[in-house]
Amino acid sequence: MVKSVCRRVWGFIVHELSIASRIVELVGEQVCAAGGGRVAAVTLKIGTLSCVHEDALRFSFNLAREGTPLADAELRVVTVPVVIWCAACGREVTLPGIQKFACPECGTPSGDIRAGRELDLESIELDDEAAAVEASKGRIT
Amino acid sequence: MIEPRILEVRTKILKKNDELAREMRDRFVRAGVFVVNMVSSPGTGKTAFLKETLTRLVARGESCAAVVGDLETDNDARRLAESGAPVRQIMTHGLCHLEADMVEQHLEGWDLASLRYLFIENVGNLVCPTSWDLGESVRLALLSVTEGEDKPLKYPGLFNTADVAAITKIDLAEACDFDRAKALANIEAVRPGMRVFETSSKTGSGVDEWLMYLAERRQALADGTPPPSRRTV
Repeated sequence: MVKSVCRRVWGFIVHELSIASRIVELVGEQVCAAGGGRVAAVTLKIGTLSCVHEDALRFSFNLAREGTPLADAELRVVTVPVVIWCAACGREVTLPGIQKFACPECGTPSGDIRAGRELDLESIELDDEAAAVEASKGRIT
Repeated sequence: MIEPRILEVRTKILKKNDELAREMRDRFVRAGVFVVNMVSSPGTGKTAFLKETLTRLVARGESCAAVVGDLETDNDARRLAESGAPVRQIMTHGLCHLEADMVEQHLEGWDLASLRYLFIENVGNLVCPTSWDLGESVRLALLSVTEGEDKPLKYPGLFNTADVAAITKIDLAEACDFDRAKALANIEAVRPGMRVFETSSKTGSGVDEWLMYLAERRQALADGTPPPSRRTV
């Protein structure tokens, strides 16, 4: 489904559309497993090293969720900065950017990445008061 | 009023791809085939570098094969097949990167255990392939001297997930005023400690060193050194 949507919708493709389609699939599965419901919000964790552009993801999400139980869901994105382990300081340090993988305090280079590559579906908020059953019909293929 | 129900999912969005890639990696290890995922911009010279690599491996009697991804045309597969190695084209028809299932489908019918090396030439793109694990043993990022020394700083995400890098078209370095030290420093900044090969597919320089690296890494894998884990935190 992901690839066919990509081929139909885009001349030039962004990978965020593939990711958005996976989010819609995953949320559909989880909501089914939880007995159905109307999705009010979806929360993602996106690391700054994940190469995902938030605006492109939001745009793609709007395309991918058409006709699904996520049609009215709010997309919440939590951005995660890169955290590396600094062997010299003996602790984890947060990088101000992604152009230099070295401790911002002592300058020691480090490839030991502890956070920043996330591409995670964190949580789904279901609004049970609104019409519930539709989401479980499995219209996501 | 009913309180909203929160499902704490905490799962990777690309879980299906990651799981398939893990299965493929296990299969590759069991078959004793060393797999390289090649990523770069369009025009860096991935195909030329791969053709040179395949040609030399074939000449040494080392069995190898390649799958190559492009949006359209099988031009690259035809070029690569001139090396004598089996090659298959993956046409993505618009998709900007390869995913594990696409690679898996194109391996059907190949006896992996008869191969020493398998190369996956990804779609030319320095952003999109980053998040998709293809089950490779190593990810090779390529950068040509014509692209500018600051490419690694502009695309740190991709360079950071690479295990090894190659600078291509080194024979054009002088004509391009290529600042070698700066390029190496930039690669080191975004991926400390990564090995870099300086190569020319035209003159063949640096290719033997690259082949030696492949042989060493393949042996290490056969000896049970686990492939580098990456892309997961």
